[in-house]
Amino acid sequence: MGDMTITPDQVPTVTEQLTETDVRDLTPGGGGPTDLRITDSTLRDGSHAMSHQFTEEQVRGVVHALDAAGVQVIEVSHGDGLGGSTFNYGFSLVDEFQLIRAAVDEATQAKIAILMLPGLGTVHHLKKAHACGAQVARIATHCTEADVSIQHFGEARRLGMETVGFLMLSHRASPAKLAEQARIMVDAGAQCVYVVDSAGALVLTDAQERIAAVLAEVGDQAQVGFHGHQNLSMGIANSVLAYQAGAKQIDGALCALGAGAGNSPTEVLAATFERMGIRTGVDLGEVLSAAEDVVRPFIPRLPWMDRASITQGYAGVYSSFLLHAERAAERYGVPAHEILQRVGEAGYVGGQEDMIIDIALQLAEERELGDLAAVGVR
Amino acid sequence: MSTAPRRTPGKVGAAIVGPGNIGSDLMFKLIRRSEIIEPRWMVGVDPTSDGLARAKRLGLEASADGVDWLLAQDELPDIVFECTSAKAHEANAPRYAEAGILAVDLTPAAIGPYLCPPINLEFNLDALNVNMITCGGQATIPMVHAVSSVVDVPYAEIVASVSSRSAGPGTRANIDEFTETTADAVSKVGGAATGRAIIILNPVEPPLMMRNSVFCAVPPEAGEPGDLQDRILESIHAMEATVQEYVPGYHLRATPQFDHARDTWKGMARVFVPIEVRGRGDYLPDYAGNLDIITAAAARVGDLMMAHKLGVDPTWKSSTALGESPDTVATSVPTAAGTDEKAGV
Repeated sequence: MGDMTITPDQVPTVTEQLTETDVRDLTPGGGGPTDLRITDSTLRDGSHAMSHQFTEEQVRGVVHALDAAGVQVIEVSHGDGLGGSTFNYGFSLVDEFQLIRAAVDEATQAKIAILMLPGLGTVHHLKKAHACGAQVARIATHCTEADVSIQHFGEARRLGMETVGFLMLSHRASPAKLAEQARIMVDAGAQCVYVVDSAGALVLTDAQERIAAVLAEVGDQAQVGFHGHQNLSMGIANSVLAYQAGAKQIDGALCALGAGAGNSPTEVLAATFERMGIRTGVDLGEVLSAAEDVVRPFIPRLPWMDRASITQGYAGVYSSFLLHAERAAERYGVPAHEILQRVGEAGYVGGQEDMIIDIALQLAEERELGDLAAVGVR
Repeated sequence: MSTAPRRTPGKVGAAIVGPGNIGSDLMFKLIRRSEIIEPRWMVGVDPTSDGLARAKRLGLEASADGVDWLLAQDELPDIVFECTSAKAHEANAPRYAEAGILAVDLTPAAIGPYLCPPINLEFNLDALNVNMITCGGQATIPMVHAVSSVVDVPYAEIVASVSSRSAGPGTRANIDEFTETTADAVSKVGGAATGRAIIILNPVEPPLMMRNSVFCAVPPEAGEPGDLQDRILESIHAMEATVQEYVPGYHLRATPQFDHARDTWKGMARVFVPIEVRGRGDYLPDYAGNLDIITAAAARVGDLMMAHKLGVDPTWKSSTALGESPDTVATSVPTAAGTDEKAGV
């Protein structure tokens, strides 16, 4: 296997010539028809809430409805990104590349995005997604580990894809640290960097300060985005504050379908921004219908702020751990919220779903010892 | 001030190419623990490298003039440990071979056969170039093999979680090489029909010990208590003891967990093996079990292969009754030393 090191100066610049009007129309807030761009992640973050069991029919229905509503970017991947179909994260019912192809086929104006986590997915997955018609590469790392994404940004740019960097569990890094990590991604070829509140743990100014710091670092070299979760019910409010701090790309999911207590609902983002006179280009009536008539009927369980998901927001736990913790709770007879609390204390990061089994086993053992102590056994 | 050059009679001379974290840890391991191999040369490319200065202090001949310098010496090493990058090893490997020097490759170049000491060393004792896979591979593939030697394993998946502090810049810039090389070896050496590998870097402080999970798909009857399950367990525990012979900090974090067959697993059952690797602090701190396991495996392989060549019994100081470390044990993984080292974590 060859050395795949890519240095930023090897990343080719995009040579496609754009007219001034193209640039204006393509740039949210650039004086064109929108002030910000909503990316819908129902078919990626929502994959967690669906235990990765999306059917092609569901994907086609959601893409058709979002595309008609004017949503410009639709993300389709396994919840843990390309290549996430595994024992550790859960196997997909339908191959994600088949779902990406179906989404590309169904969309008329919307671009299809994919997510990938270096260390889990590889450049080969990225090339395959591009060959299936995906146009936007969203590359995610833990918020302090941006340098693992350099080769992937390089490859995405070489393929001519639009690029977005995803700094996950952003509450775990200070605004200054996040800005430093965003710089690494931008130098590697990211055209936008997201502050990703994977645990739904950022409370208002926590989000705004991070957006402002990243923006101050990247200036006009890249846009800044925000991806919210509802674990502490802050998704929409944080998104509005992010916009006010300068974010131009905001994530949502229909019916909040996403990990933990779900994402900022796309339909609520559209309604809220419209009330504020901020143009998203999304038709409110159509997106409300997409949520109510297309997504709601197939959701097995609406994402909700219950004891376990609130604990995730409070303790700063990666949202997709929720269903894994519930399954371990059932198998080992320990409460899910106690598992999640312990995950937060241990500082596990996205991708470490296997640690949930460790913690459940430890809790079960502690309970057994506690029970024995209670009856006087030492 | 340098100590006298290392020339212990009866020991074979080794060169370490790449004076970063891995090269330095390997140097300490060989000095402290090998009765067959003596590290005599440390080769780098950066004259300001801490690793070269450290090697010099310990009596090695150290140079920043690369492999050209090494191969121009009057006396050549019998064995070279490559701790650079896949690209560098691709260039160096033919030159070592031409000079008749055994190469133990700690990069993901994989020019020689993948080697995992408890599984396939005996079949490769006469090879002139062997590859140490990756740290995650050394930690997990023994367990995949332990399971696949009892039942058919159509699919195995490993997840390696390592402390961010113990992943050097080379590993970070080439993370796909880790996942792809490890996955390939999970299949080719571990014996699973298909392999998958995942690496997660965690920055939490204090740093996490290296932690690995192995998931193997197994026949449905192995998911139920009984003779087959007992045999798998026995095989796993035996393998744990074998790896502990050269990596004492290698242990199961909990009893392996068996799950019943499921439709979403194509009707297969599953065994989960959680492994923790505590480094032994030869040079790097104990949480860097990922670096420790690959240097320990490489040193072990070098020892056994040289012993085979010389027709002597291998000996390996695995007891804790060793003298003081010849240099201060680092309290954290030095980042500066990692700049000229790209070996797989």
